[in-house]
This record gives sequence, structure tokens and C-alpha cells, in this order.
Amino acid sequence: MAVVTYRDALTQALREELQRDDRVFLMGEEVAQYNGAYKVSKGLLDEFGPMRIVDTPITELGFAGVGVGAAMVGLRPIVEFMTWNFALLAIDEVVNAAAKMLYMSGGQYKIPMVFRGPNGSALQLSAQHSQAWESWYSHIPGLKVCTPGTPADAKGLLKSAIRDDNPVVFLEGEMLYNTKGEVPDGEHIVPIGVAELKREGDHCSIITHGKMVLVAMKVADDLAKEGINIDVVDLRTVRPIDVEAIARSVQKTNRAVVLEEGWEICGMGSQVVDFIQRECFDDLDAPVLRVHQEDVPMPYAKNLERAAKPDAGKAIAAIRKVMYLD
Amino acid sequence: MSTDAKRAPAPKRSDKGSPGNNGADATPQNDPAGTTPDLRRELLHSMLLQRRFEERCAEAYAMGKIGGFCHLYIGQEAISTGVMSMIRPDDYVITAYRDHGQALARGVSPRAVMAELFGRDTGCSGGKGGSMHIFDAKTNFLGGHGIVGGHVPIAAGVGFAIKYRRGNQVCVCFFGEAAVNIGAFHEALNLASLWDLPVVFIIENNRYGMGTAISRSTANEDVLIRAKGYRMDGESVDGQDVFAVREAMARAIERARKEKRPTLIEMKTYRFMGHSMSDAASGTYRTKDELEENMKRDPILVLHNKMFESGELTDGEMHKIDDEAKAIAQDAWDFADSSPEPPLEKLYTDVYADTSS
Repeated sequence: MAVVTYRDALTQALREELQRDDRVFLMGEEVAQYNGAYKVSKGLLDEFGPMRIVDTPITELGFAGVGVGAAMVGLRPIVEFMTWNFALLAIDEVVNAAAKMLYMSGGQYKIPMVFRGPNGSALQLSAQHSQAWESWYSHIPGLKVCTPGTPADAKGLLKSAIRDDNPVVFLEGEMLYNTKGEVPDGEHIVPIGVAELKREGDHCSIITHGKMVLVAMKVADDLAKEGINIDVVDLRTVRPIDVEAIARSVQKTNRAVVLEEGWEICGMGSQVVDFIQRECFDDLDAPVLRVHQEDVPMPYAKNLERAAKPDAGKAIAAIRKVMYLD
Repeated sequence: MSTDAKRAPAPKRSDKGSPGNNGADATPQNDPAGTTPDLRRELLHSMLLQRRFEERCAEAYAMGKIGGFCHLYIGQEAISTGVMSMIRPDDYVITAYRDHGQALARGVSPRAVMAELFGRDTGCSGGKGGSMHIFDAKTNFLGGHGIVGGHVPIAAGVGFAIKYRRGNQVCVCFFGEAAVNIGAFHEALNLASLWDLPVVFIIENNRYGMGTAISRSTANEDVLIRAKGYRMDGESVDGQDVFAVREAMARAIERARKEKRPTLIEMKTYRFMGHSMSDAASGTYRTKDELEENMKRDPILVLHNKMFESGELTDGEMHKIDDEAKAIAQDAWDFADSSPEPPLEKLYTDVYADTSS
């Protein structure tokens, strides 16, 4: 297994799928000549040419709709949003068009399409550029939503997303592009909708996805030094969501903390907690706690930003609380 | 999907027909001015079918057989008939929510359309779409879309796919004049022109966006001027004259197939009914006098009078065509009314495709 960055893992997935199927094309702002705002599409213009690696104007609604139209008549578009914050301008095409087309056409028009780009906060980008969108898109029947936290999952899930005949919202961690991890050689596919137990322990479960997977792993390392061993359940996909994996872990540990990057109200954690109370009511030894961004727009100042974000310290405090250690 | 014996006798289309082909074998497409009585009769039939069909829709709505929003096309039929009679079966059509007439003119089964309106399993969208979401893959009818302007970029995407595959089809996209004020329209026109996409954008200017007159919504009422902003060819035509519509389409289609360039066409028209079934045709935002004045240019009457004056159409023949249209509408009603509702197990089908490439 080679150690590669999250960014290169995504590029590998794009290249392999562009080679595999000539109906696949990549479209978005700066994806071609500029090699991608985050360099995920580096080198692809040279290899595949301008008809398949397509620079767009700054017109999110327009090119998202172009993708939907192309998908309706048989192409397999990958639409890159420079960040998911800009995708809000295109959300009508994602939600009202892509997600519902198959249903409202009575099964006649499927939309085999990927919307992808960086999601969540980076560093000091302040309110409009620092948001995690997964709870918005996972609300919508007709969409699938992937949130890979590691290079291997990024590659394997992106390949699955491109091959899927449904519209897939693919949320990459803006702060993950430079992170490294082992990626299996050769054809590597991760199925959509299957969580992975990234760390095993008996004392508590931490259920998370996306960028917070790395935080959860640090939490597991730190707590292991104190003799506390936790399950880290990486959802990997938040729609469909792997309820069985959540239940399996909580039924074993009897305690759970849900960690996410987004806000509290109607966040992913709300849904996970709902599944836990339904599936594991008799198994719980403590109320389930949630760790998330503070309920404020993201501030710019370093200290305020740090205070607003979920982090390992907050997650450890929550775990100690559900274990009645504090 | 409906199995229907009675399709609308829509204008015949040739797979190979292309405008500008002045061969001996005249096809509807290479005779935009409609020089033969047979063709004129087909056009008249197409328009009458839409009219009679939608009159029955209004009746069914009043009886509670059709629910939700229902937007009638009555008054605008020369546009749908003129446009559809000029394109090929392998071309694409996408439109907004005022879509019944366009579907019928395209050749979507009247039975399947009426069954869709009735919310039946045999409807063209399986009873899941309703009035605003008529889809029919057999005729490349890419839907009825309910968000004003939202489908205009999708049309550009269909044009992109045609170009990607080096095809020579066109995509025809209909929307009302009120859509020219929404961002999606502008983004789509810019991309279509920037990328040389074979799309014909058709503004059906019926002068009212719901109840808001164009003078109250649009800073420059010359909506065609928007074409210039995107370096796009365009023209403005009388949408009540089916031949004017056809001739404009001939030019746009030639431009799309040969030059791979988009066109914006404004078709000036008027709707004779309310915005939907929930408002009166006149009284609140437009006067009865204005409505009556515009109804003098009923597109069916315009064609009828032309044929009547030339002596090719007698009252008896007109009645015969009209009776045919009424019979098809009645057959569609009977089919829809006797069709089953979708079974409850279909509630959860078609949410996701269970396939992959």
C-alpha cells in the first residue's frame, strides 16, 4: 500500500474513472488550466482535453444545471464546486432538479452525477467560507452524501460515487487535502452507505464522519493513555447512513458521543442520536452527548475561531462525562 | 407507462428532415411556411387537440379529478404546434410547468398525459409528477419543471451533451417572459453562447408573470434585447401565427445544426385563461376588454381563417377535425378515469436508481 495525500487519492479516482468511462467529464471553476483551486484536478486537462475537463465561468447555478441536463441524456458529469459555500447558489439544481428528477419522472430520467468540492471550515476564513453542509443535503431523499475522512476512503468513495446512477453530494474536507494515509494499490472501491470501525474499544463509542474522523482518532489515542478505549465509528457516508454499524457499537459500549463539524440544531448528530434512542434504548448507561460547532457564525479572530470549533478537548470532556468520570 | 393505441396525430416528422433541404419530397420541416393543405390541416388538428384536451382539463379540475396546480396553455397553441412540427424525433424538448399543450404537440400520448393529471398509475410520469411534471422519454420530452427558470441551465446541459457527442440534434427550451428576470436564465444563456451549444431558447411572452404585468416586472420590456447581452442571435415573432413560429424555428434550427449556435426567440402571445385554475381569466390584474381584444387573435382562429379564406377548409371539414380532437380528449379522459391509482408500494420506488455503471 502506498502512502498518498487525500488530494492525490481524489486525483487518482478522477483519473481512473475518466479513463474507464468516456461519458465521465469534470466541470467547474478553475478545474482545467489552473489545475484546480485545490489542485485536485492537476494534470487532467493535459490527459483528457478541454471537452472533458471543462473550465466554467463563476456561475454555480448555471454549470450545476448544465451537469443535470447532461446527466439526463446519458453523460456522467462530475461538477466541482470551488467550495460548498458557493454551492448554495446552485442548490435549486441539486435539490429541486437532480434529487427529484427520477421520482417526478416516474423513473424515466436518472441523474448519474457527482457534485464535489471542499466542505467545512479551514483556518480564519470567517463566516461565509467556513460551513459544513452535510445535514442540509442529507435531508433530501434522492441524494446520496459522502463524507470521506481519509485518503483511502476519499478514493474508494469517489470511484463509487462516479459509478453510481444517482446524484451524489461528495463533501471533501478542506483541511484534509494535505493529510496522508495508506491507500490500497490497484482498484480500490469503498461502497456507499457502509461505515467503518476505525478504532476498537469497550468504554464508549464516538460516532463521526468527515474531517472529525481525524479528531476522533486523536481522542482515541489520548484516552488510550489513560486506559480508556473507545470505538471510533466513521460513518463515511451520511446518506444512506449505516444505522447497523452505529447500533452494533453502542450496544457494545453502552455509551456514545456524536462528533460533527456542523452546528447543533438539525445537525447530523441529531439524526444519529435519534437512531441510537430507537435502536439502543435499553443498552444506554448514560445520555448521548453531542460535540459540534458552537451556535455562532464562524468568527475570524484566531482565539474566537478556536473556541467556536469542535475539537479533541471538547470531545474528551464529553466522553468523560458520559462515563461519569467528571 | 401507458399502452395507448390512440396517439395524437401530431404533425409528421421525418428522421432525416432538415430545414433548408429543398428536395422534391416535401417534409413539414422544409416547408416552414406551410404551403400544402395537408400540412396546414395537421397543424390545425394539433392546435385543436390541445384546446379541446385542456378544456376537458378545466372540467376535470372543477370536478376534483385533477388536483394541485394546473396551468392551462389555452391561447398559446400556435407556439407549441409550430415549434414541435419543425423538430425531429431525436431532438430534445424541455419546458416549464405550463406543459400539457407542448407535450401533446410533441406527440406524448394524450391518454398518458390525462392519466398523469388524474394521478393514475398509467400516467406518463406514473402519477408521481402531475400537471407540472410531464415527462416522456419516448419522445425526448425532458419535463415539465416547476421552478421558474430552473430548467433553462438544464437545457444548456442537454446542448452540452449533444456537443460532447458531436451530435446534430437541438434542444428546445420553453419558458415565460417572467423567467428572463431570474439568474438561471442569464447563467444559461451565457454558457450556451460561450460554449456554442445547439439550444433554441423560446420566450413565450404572454405579458403576465402570474398576475404581474411585464411593465411592472421588467425594466426593459424588450426582452429580446437580452440576446445581445450574450452575443446570441434572436428574433421576435408573432406567436399567434403558427407559420411565423415555424419560420423562426427553421432559422434557429439551421443555426443550431450547422453553426452549433444557440438562438433566443421571443414569441409574442397571450393566455386566455388565468395563470392557473385558481384565478379568473380577467378582473384582477387585466381587464375583460383586454382579454377579449386578444382573443380576437386566437391562434386557432388565425389559422382557420386563413384556410377558410383560401377555400381549402369548409365548415364541415372544420367540424370533422374538431370532432376528432374532441374524441381524442374524451378517449384520454375515459382512459385516465378508468385507470388505477398507483399502488402504495410505488411510494418508495424511483427515489433512487438501484444501478451503477
